[in-house]
Amino acid sequence: MSELWSAMPRRGRVILLVLLALLLVAPVVLDRYLISIFVLIFYFAYVGQAWNLMMGFAGQLSLGHALYAGLGGYVAALLWLHFGIGPWLGVFAGIAVATMFGAAVGWLGFRFGIEGVYFALLTIAFAEFTRIAFDNMAFTGGAGGLFIPYDAERSHEWWNLRGGPLLFYYLGLTLALAAAVLTAWLSRSRLGFQWLAVREDQQAALALGIDAFRVKMIAVLISSAMTAVGGVLIAFYNDNLFPAQAFDISRSIEIIVAPIIGGLGTIFGPIVGAFILTPLGEGLIAITGKLGIDAPGAKAVVYGLTLMAIISLRPDGVWPWLKKLLGLADREP
Amino acid sequence: MPLDVYLNVVVGGVLTGLVYGLMALGLSVIFGVVRVVNFAHGEFAVVAMYAAYLLFVTLGMDPILSLLPIAAVFFLIGYGLQTLLINRFVGRSEHEQFILLVGLAIVIVNGLLMIFGPDARPTNLPYSFDSYAIGPLFIDKARVYAALGALVVASALFAFFRHTRTGTAIRACADNLTGAAVVGLNIKRLYATTFGLGLACVGAAGALMVPIADASPLLSQAFTLLAFVIVIVGGLGSMAGALVGGIVIGVSEALASFFLAPSMKSMFSFALLVLVLVLRPQGLMGRRA
Repeated sequence: MSELWSAMPRRGRVILLVLLALLLVAPVVLDRYLISIFVLIFYFAYVGQAWNLMMGFAGQLSLGHALYAGLGGYVAALLWLHFGIGPWLGVFAGIAVATMFGAAVGWLGFRFGIEGVYFALLTIAFAEFTRIAFDNMAFTGGAGGLFIPYDAERSHEWWNLRGGPLLFYYLGLTLALAAAVLTAWLSRSRLGFQWLAVREDQQAALALGIDAFRVKMIAVLISSAMTAVGGVLIAFYNDNLFPAQAFDISRSIEIIVAPIIGGLGTIFGPIVGAFILTPLGEGLIAITGKLGIDAPGAKAVVYGLTLMAIISLRPDGVWPWLKKLLGLADREP
Repeated sequence: MPLDVYLNVVVGGVLTGLVYGLMALGLSVIFGVVRVVNFAHGEFAVVAMYAAYLLFVTLGMDPILSLLPIAAVFFLIGYGLQTLLINRFVGRSEHEQFILLVGLAIVIVNGLLMIFGPDARPTNLPYSFDSYAIGPLFIDKARVYAALGALVVASALFAFFRHTRTGTAIRACADNLTGAAVVGLNIKRLYATTFGLGLACVGAAGALMVPIADASPLLSQAFTLLAFVIVIVGGLGSMAGALVGGIVIGVSEALASFFLAPSMKSMFSFALLVLVLVLRPQGLMGRRA
């Protein structure tokens, strides 16, 4: 930990501390709506980080991360609804199930040498398969969805993950921060360097005696476990789960745009990306509403154009560029 | 269940599958030559469906005929798109191409949503409810015409790649890019032509889809995934593979939606995709690299 801290340039440490302090006290002045936006920012920064670990460091392109978030959310919600087991325990069951699926995807992909776009399609196939299965299972509520009842008398039970936006604000902030620290720590570990070696040139990595299968499997397992935790958070925040949303490819895409736009394979990329894209989406709703454009889709057209513009102008993401702008570029934080 | 019920379902699946196959052929050509993953493929198919719908509603043009002008316009769109935008992304990493094309897909779907709204637009052709009766089989006329149209377009494309100089040059790019550049082929222009041809395919397929399905923006994502599944199952880089893959997926969808539930039809396609990836990664018709 202290090593990570001292590796950061002085100016970076100051900026980071100021931003953190601001985020800690921000809820005092923020209204409910703004807090809800921050919850989403933290959520996408967190799951983006989980995906970044697998793609940005280990180089494995997953387009089905909604699978792990959805499974985590569903398992915790089902345990809570059917057996009264609270989500703080249920999250471990969610992690177990999600990593089992992650292990299956990883084993098939890496054992049979399915790479690149093919691997991405494998992950999509698993997510879509699960989506349709959940659509047709009565036990999980089917296509009609699963609702976590809101009970005013229990709305303070933070130990059951029931509570107002503030609970989720601080929880989300903690998760996003913890994920960034974990990524930073892993990226400087032996495993982190092995990931980079496999990402850059698997043949060379194998020649050096790196067990590529093993390190890639570890990446999938960590990533799916982390994503499952995020899924529990967002499920109990939204109080509902629908297969058509939880497992949909558009959800997987939402998870991966922030780290790519922010800067793949960097520690602050997913956070920067989430801070750009989530407010952009929300801001566009507000702007199109103000302008009286009620055409459905107007907001998303601008969002899509923005994605295209950013990836054309800043293909490495915004963070590497921002880092230079802030004068932090000498050493990789 | 009597045999003729199976037969009817299977024949319907084969005919629809041929149109799917033509759509996937466009993806296969782009993916196989330009090496760009067109994640906006299904979106283009739906744009073509709306174009065919509009041509029918305003001019009374049959979708089987309107596929010609639509394919021509889509060729130009594809040529322009590759020249102006996608050429800069050739050879870049997959996730960058992915974001670019997903951005494009989001723009297209929501543009359609703004213009046409979320409701499905059916096209009622004069022969929509006619069918041929052959022995125990009842075959929808609309499906037969669409499938024949798909076969004709696919054969034309096949002939183009086999027998024209440009087609041969494009195949050279796919086989050995460095070699193609060394002998002086204009790679950029050939890529633009290829992307144009891919979009012409998907444009034609979209027009042919109109007699079979109602136009709706919501179809686009499913079409994109469908095209990818077909290309992988059939075998990347094999033109016959795209059609065979289309038929396989068409039949499996038809059987699953008839015997189980329509909502479960693509489950089997994805299961098939996983099986093919694991057991025969080169696809049913592909050759091992």
